[in-house]
Amino acid sequence: MNQRQELILQLVKKVSKKSETPDPEESLFDSGYLDSFALPDLVAELEEQFSVKIPDSDLNPRKFDSIARIDAYLGEQD
Amino acid sequence: MPFLQQMACWLPERLVSNDEMGSLLGCAAEWIESVSGIQERRFAGPDDTTVSMGTAAAQRCLKELGIGAESIGYLICSSGTAENRFPGPATSIASKLGCGPIPAIDLPLASTGALLGLDLARNLAPRYGRVLVVATEKMSPVALTEPMERGVSMLFGDGAGACVVGMEPGPLEIVDSLLASDGQFAADLMLRAGEPLIMNGRSVILQASRKIPRVIQDLLERNGLRASDVASFVMHQANINLIQKVAAALGVENERFFTNIARYGNTSSASLLIAAAEWMENARPMSGEHAVLSVFGAGFQWGAMLLKAS
Repeated sequence: MNQRQELILQLVKKVSKKSETPDPEESLFDSGYLDSFALPDLVAELEEQFSVKIPDSDLNPRKFDSIARIDAYLGEQD
Repeated sequence: MPFLQQMACWLPERLVSNDEMGSLLGCAAEWIESVSGIQERRFAGPDDTTVSMGTAAAQRCLKELGIGAESIGYLICSSGTAENRFPGPATSIASKLGCGPIPAIDLPLASTGALLGLDLARNLAPRYGRVLVVATEKMSPVALTEPMERGVSMLFGDGAGACVVGMEPGPLEIVDSLLASDGQFAADLMLRAGEPLIMNGRSVILQASRKIPRVIQDLLERNGLRASDVASFVMHQANINLIQKVAAALGVENERFFTNIARYGNTSSASLLIAAAEWMENARPMSGEHAVLSVFGAGFQWGAMLLKAS
């Protein structure tokens, strides 16, 4: 995992209240780390920790389905 | 300024428990309650229609206000589950009530139609006098359409609500309202005739949990108010977890949000008026207190309305 993925992982663990480490490519929804109500919390954490404003038009759950996808999305914001 | 003069609701008798839905959907009753806050819902009988339910709610509303149907100048009916593509329920309800040849229009707006109807009524009342807003939904056939998905089918119930909006002083003054839409995600909540409901719950909750608090804050801000100044909030009864998320985002206690989703489930556009009618009956807001109604639903459409108790 790169440094950004490590930070995303910490946020996923914080929101999901799980201590296990998912694979970066693993679906956070299918593996039970995220559900519909945890996802908005994760998005809020990402905005705060990475100092980005994620517009409503980018709020597609697929963009946040894995650590790798979140990493890729945040990379596009740099 | 227009006022909400009276609200009323009508619910079918048949109570459908989480045990019954759970056995139908292959899931535990406790799971349904934990993910939605719903304990039971009402299902309409085979003879109940959006017209009959809407008419029953409207009759109750007119009776409680002590006026006759002939004093209504305009009727607006919201339903996302009307039996016909056209005509919608509005003209039939107006006719059954005995309203006379008044304009009667339909709003096919799932979840949000009641608030958009109230907003229209607010603008129509100065010209037409009393406007009757009806929201009526028969969601059970949608919930029971195969293939059933447990996360969707367990949510819905049937019912109707009604509200008279007029210029004569009433218990709640309509101070302001703010509406919005974003068609980018229209496919995430969609019902095609005769087909199962398409619902991308993750997208709906993600958008709603952000847009509802924002529209409420924007509405309050332009009226010089903060969320903490509002005594009561009544939202579309979609999911208790969403309602609590909105409360947290606004920084107010859950207790300020009136809810009855535990008893009726999500009755789509009818839910706002059903909840508001029960809130008015139970809470009896004090003069000068503010309340906010808010909705989010298919489209996506969303909005909020600021009220002040007389």
